[in-house]
Order: sequence, then C-alpha cells, then structure tokens
Amino acid sequence: MSTLQLTGVSRWYGDVVAVNDVTMTVGPGVTGLLGPNGAGKSTLISMMGGFLPPSSGTVTLDGEPVWRNTEAYRSIGLVPETEAMYDMVTGWEFVLANARLHGLADPVGAARAAVEQVDMMDAKDRDISGYSKGMKQRIKMATSLVHDPKVLLLDEPFNGMDPRQRMHLMELLQSLATQGRTVLFSSHILEEVEQIAGTIEVVVAGRHAASGDFRRIRKLMTQRPHQYTIRSSDDRGLAAAIIADGSADSVDVSSGALAVQASDFGRFVQALPRLARDGDVRLLEVTPADESLESVFAYLVAR
Amino acid sequence: MNVTVMKLTARGLLGRRRALLLVILPLLLLGLAGLTRWASDASPEASSILANNFSMGTLLPLMCLLVATGVIGAEIDDGSIVYMLAKPLKRRVILFSKLAVGFAAVFVFAVLPTMAGVAIAGDEGGELSLAYGLSAILAAIVYTAIFVTLGIVTRNAVVFGLLYALLWETVLGGYVPGIRAVSVRQWALSVGERLLGSRQADEWAFASEVGMTTGLIMLTLTTVGAVYLGVRKLSTLTLNSVE
Repeated sequence: MSTLQLTGVSRWYGDVVAVNDVTMTVGPGVTGLLGPNGAGKSTLISMMGGFLPPSSGTVTLDGEPVWRNTEAYRSIGLVPETEAMYDMVTGWEFVLANARLHGLADPVGAARAAVEQVDMMDAKDRDISGYSKGMKQRIKMATSLVHDPKVLLLDEPFNGMDPRQRMHLMELLQSLATQGRTVLFSSHILEEVEQIAGTIEVVVAGRHAASGDFRRIRKLMTQRPHQYTIRSSDDRGLAAAIIADGSADSVDVSSGALAVQASDFGRFVQALPRLARDGDVRLLEVTPADESLESVFAYLVAR
Repeated sequence: MNVTVMKLTARGLLGRRRALLLVILPLLLLGLAGLTRWASDASPEASSILANNFSMGTLLPLMCLLVATGVIGAEIDDGSIVYMLAKPLKRRVILFSKLAVGFAAVFVFAVLPTMAGVAIAGDEGGELSLAYGLSAILAAIVYTAIFVTLGIVTRNAVVFGLLYALLWETVLGGYVPGIRAVSVRQWALSVGERLLGSRQADEWAFASEVGMTTGLIMLTLTTVGAVYLGVRKLSTLTLNSVE
C-alpha cells in the first residue's frame, strides 16, 4: 500500500501558473484526476512521476520525495500520454527491455505476465510501428506493469480508445485497485471518471477545485445555479410571476428572451409549468443555458 | 553501463531512416580520397590536406552530431526517453551507456573511414593513417561528449552543433587566428603531430595550432566538463507536454 502526498504544490513557467497550491492525498484504489484540457492535469502527473520539480511545495511517495529519486521508480509505474515508443522493436522486445531496465530477477517471466495482463500475447511479436493506437496503449500499460508497481500513474489513458478497449482498460484498472494498488488516471470526461474512480479530484485552471467520491462531485455539479433561456408568448408576464413565486434567484428580460437563474433546480422545474398555466402564458422554448462541462468546472472554481 | 540501454540505443540509432546518412558521408569521403589519389599521384601531402580539411574538419563533427542526436536527441524530442528514465537506474549509467554506443558508432562510421581515406589518397607505410586515426579517435570522443550533452541541454542541438561544426571550425578559423587554438580539431591534431615527429609532420602538412600538452589538457577538460554537465542535466531533465 502506497500513498502519494502533494503538499502546497505549485508549478509555474515564467509568468504562467500551471498548478496553484494543490494539496491532495492519493491512496490505494482508483483516483480520477478530472479537469478540462489545459487545467494542469499533465503537469500534476509529471510532478507525481518525478519528471518535473514543483516550483514550491512537495510531492512525496510514502514520505520520500519523488523528484531526483530514481529509486522511487521501483514502486511507480508510469503510462505517459506521448505515443512515441521505441518503434523499431516488437511489443514483446520492448516490454522485456523495460523488465530488464528494472533489473528484475526474472525479466522474461515478468514481461510475459505483463503482456498477458493487457491481453497482447497474440500481437506481441509485431513491430510497435505497426500497432493501432489501442494496441500501443496496451503495450504502454504492460511496460508500466512489468515490475508490479504499487503506484500506477496514467495520463489520459482512454484517449483514442474504442468502447471495447475502454471497457477492458477500466476492468484492468479496477482489478489492479482491488489488489491494493494506488491507481491515478487523468481525464476530461466526467462519465469516464465516475464509472471507475472511487475518489475524484477535480482540477480547474491549475487549482484543486473539489475532491470526493463521485456522488459528492455529481452533487456539487448539479446543485449549482442553473440557467435557462425561455421564450414564451408573454415573457414579461411570466417573469413577474416567477419573481413573485420566489422559485428563481434572478430573471432578465433585456436580451429579448427570458433568462432565468435558479439555485434550486428541482423547485424551479416544477414551478415553471404551473406558473405558465396560471398566467395563461404559452411556453415556446425552455433551454438550459450552461450544461457544458466547462461551465460546470467554471462554477466549481468560482465557488 | 547497462546492456539494455545500450541495445535499445543502438536500435534507435541504426533503426531509423537517418542511419543512411551514417553511410553516405563516409562513402563520399572514400570517393574524394580516390579522386585525390588520381589527381595528385598518391602524394601524402595532398592526402593529408584532404584528411585535415574534410575528414577532421567536416565529416567527423557532422557524424558525431548525427550520432549524438540519434543516441539521445531524438528520444528526448519525441518523449520516448521517459521509458528509460522512469527506471531505478542511475542517470549516470544511462548517459555513459549512450555515450559508449555513440562513440562506437562514430568509430565505425567516421574514424575508420578517415583512416581508410588517408590510405586510399596516399600514405607512406601507414604512418599518416595512424596519425590521423589517433587524432580522429580523440576528436570523436570529445565531439560525441559535447553533442550528446548539447542534445540534453537544448532541443536546438542540431542548429548549435551545425553552427559550431561549419562556422567555428571551418570558416571563422580561417579568418580569426585566435579561434583556431580553441578547436577540438586542433587539440586532437596536436597528438597526431607529435606521433609523426615535427619534421615529418611539416613535410606532410600535418599541423596543429597548439602543442600536445595543451591539446591533451584541453581535450580532457572539455570531455570531463561535457560529461559532468550531461549527467547533471539528465538527472534533472523535465518532461512535460504542457511546456
């Protein structure tokens, strides 16, 4: 059992702050690092993997700093986002070379176990340059599993995978976690993360925006001011009724349509048809204005 | 040194298409050597001028640059070096292994052709080939160390390397005499000059700007300095797609 601990970690490049004062503990089980593109997920994973020093703060694995500590790689398996590998060798040769680089006692046995685990035995003797994206991803997984690491760090592992490969990898990550390993992966897709991650860490614009299990994150994301754009036969009449009823926080009629912000999502949705019927107003269109993940993230940061 | 690092490095160096260049340049030299022999009647002096200007001045630095980018620069550029670095291996061991592969490649593809070029163009009893061979080995060690480290320090190693090889050693040295003394080629030639003896060296136009002691000291300092810097930079190499 291993624990990665980030304490007050910031990273900046010149004037640009990529990661801003992040403190988090990543323990056994699957942790999803969720955030929009450019939020600093890769920077965080680089720091956890010892390939980038924090500008301030510390990243430790079981109390030992990761930066400039090559011994840490006995416990860490890293699946980088870059697709480049040593293309001129076969998948098997590459995994075996990784086993040898780790100085394992039985490199051939370890390589076989890793290649079996990612289900690549059939294609193992083909050149990596001829692999599909999903196959490359699986060989990358095998190289990171070959030394039986306690901690596995994966940067956007589901990118470019078809649904079947995605499912297979999800099962693999879950089985690794049930063996007591610490598995952390990054993603910008909430559905992907909540399917397998026991813990979700949300990062937005370099800041640690939220942390918890998926129910908590879901709730945070749904219980927030919702915005609707409404077109009706009598916008002003409906606006007056909504305000009088108290089911919305604000109503704006200046843009030609009716813009409503409601903090209690359930109450507003129930009140709207009733108010329209009572006021004899015909509803022409009701659209949620900001359901994109980016706006959800933006809300979490502003909170 | 680590055998697996060396094997992977060698496959990376020879497995890419650019490996063809490693053969083309030496072939060009051998062709020129043949022409020189035919044009100057196998005179050691003409042979020496070819070896000094083309082999030592152009071929050797270019080949070392090519090999250095092949053993480490390309891997850093595409990020695949992460598989080698994310291992419980001393970075020093990785660098030494890569340097060894690089030097072996330069020996085969540049030092041996240099000696063969001299033998083809004109030599007496193999003395000139030996003198150039010895100088080429020394220069190859230093150039490989410099360019491999350059590949770790900057992503623009090829540009800097070319500027050095083509401008500093070849063009500037012709106009600014002071620069000529600050040159890997001249330091390496000083050892070959001593081997031939000054009378023989004069006769065959085998000249160095510096004495052998100075040459050896500079060669050693430069190599040690480059390797030391290389190990340090590789130990703190940052890999991050966001940068």
